[in-house]
Amino acid sequence: MSAVTLYGFCSAALVGLGLYGLIVRPEPLRKVLAFNLIGGGVFLLLGVVARRGASAGLGGDPVPQALVITGLVVAFASTALAVALVLRLLRDTGETVPASDAGGEAPADGRK
Amino acid sequence: MDHLVFDIVLAALIVGVAAWTNVARDTLAAVIAFVACGLLLALVWVRLVAPDVALTEAALGSGLTGGLLLGASLRVRRTGTPAAAEQPSTSLRVAAAGMCIAVTAGLAGIVLLLPEPAPTLAASALANMAATGLGNPVTAVLMAYRAIDTLLEVVVLLFALLGVWSLAPDRVWGGFPGPRHRPDPDKPLAFVAQLLVPVGILVGIHIFWIGSVAPGGEFQGATILAAMWILTMLAGLVGAPAVSRRWLRFLLVGGPAVFVAIGLVGFAAAGAFLAYPKDYAKLMILSIEVPLTLSIAGMLALLVAGPPERTLQR
Repeated sequence: MSAVTLYGFCSAALVGLGLYGLIVRPEPLRKVLAFNLIGGGVFLLLGVVARRGASAGLGGDPVPQALVITGLVVAFASTALAVALVLRLLRDTGETVPASDAGGEAPADGRK
Repeated sequence: MDHLVFDIVLAALIVGVAAWTNVARDTLAAVIAFVACGLLLALVWVRLVAPDVALTEAALGSGLTGGLLLGASLRVRRTGTPAAAEQPSTSLRVAAAGMCIAVTAGLAGIVLLLPEPAPTLAASALANMAATGLGNPVTAVLMAYRAIDTLLEVVVLLFALLGVWSLAPDRVWGGFPGPRHRPDPDKPLAFVAQLLVPVGILVGIHIFWIGSVAPGGEFQGATILAAMWILTMLAGLVGAPAVSRRWLRFLLVGGPAVFVAIGLVGFAAAGAFLAYPKDYAKLMILSIEVPLTLSIAGMLALLVAGPPERTLQR
């Protein structure tokens, strides 16, 4: 098995692990982490595609590599926004988990 | 053959560390595992001969994202009640695990079934690179062939920052982001900031400048510059600027604005949006990149700093 295929399997495992965390972890911050794991897996898959496209003396196809750089920046932007939303939720409700998901009592003003 | 052993160990480490981010009880431990995972992924990018991506992954995907999440997990721990979260039932866990294994198996199948020979644009990227005056094909894709992607990406960053700022309560709107960090000359952090930041700024500018001919570029350089700014803010050497400051708004909007303006010049000079006339391509790309790097550095640092928390009047 070549190293490229091995990293392809690694990227598939990262996506699976991230997806699992996204579903079973109730805390929003852990969901943000899991979301970033999925991103890491998808980017790595693009890296495998880029490496397989090595030709003309280049080590990899520069187009998917540039796509990954763009993707990393956008993933950071969405992570920052998600973290700010989690911290605002914490400030407003004192909870680190949305009340409607936690199965606890609803806030006093009846908001869900 | 010895490389294959290295690859197997590295891949196994990544999967193990990624699994730990799911199972760790403590969010802080999970974030630290995530940072380790990102750094290991940067090594994989080196093994996949993508040094530009490796730099971005290490600086942005692992470093800045990790710093952001570390700060958030500490605040959740300090102020938050312990998450009285309803843990999902065992049947849900089993169902989720089964589905995730199916997704992983499907992706692994796709990896095995990828077309042979692999389609590639490497030759076309190289063939037209002389016209851009650049020597790094990845930068050529980012700044010339697919410059519109890069423009939209910077706009996404700007909108994300507006979104973060909008989460501030009304009474602190326009104020200073984040908690105040008081300078303490006895703390090692102040010393590190004084020692490291001048070097870091030079490294950031170098990584940006070298990006036209070698691995590097405006995003990697901007991330390092942003990290240096964050370090001085954390050490209390400089305060975070109030988000209503006019110079700050100009700094943030300047890069995208110059990008759009030069894109429009492309209509007159070369007949299309973001087209560069042949003799001036490098000059135009550089005049986009310099303000863009400063804008991106500002946006990244302020995204980490978070929404305004202190009023202008103190």
